[in-house]
Amino acid sequence: MTFRFRDLLALEPLSADELTFLLDQSRPFQAIQRNPLKKLATLRGKTVALAFFENSTRTRISFGTAASRLGADTMNLQAESSSVKKGESLLDTVHTLDAMKPDCLVMRHAASGAADFVARHLEIPVINAGDGTHEHPSQGLLDALTIRDRKGSLSNLNITILGDISHSRVARSNIHLLAKFGCRFTLCGPAMWVPRELESIGPPGASIRRVFRIEEALEDADVVLVLRVQTERLHEPALSAADYILLYQLNSERLRHAKSDAIVLHPGPMNRGVEITPEVADSPQSCVLEQVTNGIAVRMSLLFLLTSGPTEETSAPSAEAQPKESANATD
Amino acid sequence: MRIVEKAQLMSAPEIDRTLRRLAHQIVEKSGGTKHLALIGIRRRGVPLAQRIAQAMRGIDGVDVPVGTLDITLYRDDLSKVAPQAVLQSSDIPFGVDGMDLVLVDDVLYTGRTIRAAMNGLFDLGRPQRVSLCVLIDRGHREMPIEAQFVGRTVQTSDTEIIEVRLREIDNEERVVLVDRQEQ
Repeated sequence: MTFRFRDLLALEPLSADELTFLLDQSRPFQAIQRNPLKKLATLRGKTVALAFFENSTRTRISFGTAASRLGADTMNLQAESSSVKKGESLLDTVHTLDAMKPDCLVMRHAASGAADFVARHLEIPVINAGDGTHEHPSQGLLDALTIRDRKGSLSNLNITILGDISHSRVARSNIHLLAKFGCRFTLCGPAMWVPRELESIGPPGASIRRVFRIEEALEDADVVLVLRVQTERLHEPALSAADYILLYQLNSERLRHAKSDAIVLHPGPMNRGVEITPEVADSPQSCVLEQVTNGIAVRMSLLFLLTSGPTEETSAPSAEAQPKESANATD
Repeated sequence: MRIVEKAQLMSAPEIDRTLRRLAHQIVEKSGGTKHLALIGIRRRGVPLAQRIAQAMRGIDGVDVPVGTLDITLYRDDLSKVAPQAVLQSSDIPFGVDGMDLVLVDDVLYTGRTIRAAMNGLFDLGRPQRVSLCVLIDRGHREMPIEAQFVGRTVQTSDTEIIEVRLREIDNEERVVLVDRQEQ
């Protein structure tokens, strides 16, 4: 099969087959993370532009490492130290980056839809590394890869998502992906973070319910996805950190309500002692570090998939080159 | 473009005999099989390597490990071919450091696949020796690469294609020479 999109902006429009293809294509790159020599020359000569208009450490390092392990060069734009602070428009900034001739743009932005907007103005592939509260597709893929490795399959799992779901692009990408494999979702957190609209964000027929007692929400769970709580959003009188911990923190005792072989995911960075106890975070059920390793594999596969093809000038294979290729392609 | 079958180069029994001969030659040349391992290059090198290993079991019960190598990431023509190359996993369930490795493929042609395969191997470690075993050597090399173990050498023209069809992949078992002819 071939991937029909030039960009990766969201997981919502992808079919189960396409998502399976993306996950399968990440497998060879998982093996490369175990090689003594991890650097390939596959994308040598290509340049990946990393434009993070919103602060990010791990996603930027992960994409940067993925690019360099494929042999590509990177150019880095960080909002903090960039022209963005001097008032340049988003479009001017990306056009400027584009004029430096990268082969791909990886971007994060605080506004939902920003990557989509930029992709419509550029010829090169755009990978969304998180846009507002919309999606974070590479995180959704690396979570699914981690779940598939541990559970053997993505089919019909019970997924419990804990925390601030309304602001979470990670939760949305996970729901859009996993719902296509028949997973059922239980969303749990303070009512202000789990609004009723979330029940209908999945594809038609997706099973998404809201539960406000954490013990009940964890009942029968195969996978528990703990979201990072933005501590600046925890304040009196709405909800204090102490109340959040009391009501929604994932601790060992609560985790016992889930299936005995349930796994725990967290996109990081973790607030140990707030949304998750150190005991759970460091338990054999926790997949947090596997998620990080898988993140590089997923991002390598995305960069390879979207940038390894012919460049604009050579997109039509010459009559000369073609027969030899189809002839003994395995030589 | 019309594809015409010109000749059958090997029948199923001939393939079988050839592989058994290659198995003997590899064991004989290696002088000890302690560090010997076979690496099948995807796709058709994989069943060939497995069959050679099977044949080796018949020779003094030699049990040689077999790995699988996908060379897509090491190709030098990715920017020229298909818009999307589909990857398969490599599976080499043993360390390659100090090993005596034999790469196995169906057809040796330009030599570029073997160049790619060697790059892939060196990312895994430092083998003591790497040699090459192919069912068919059809000439037209573009790299300074030769096979140490060859099933059969066949003179071909540039427009001809050698198709190795194996029961594990193609549901039939023979080697044919086909030609492309302009309409």
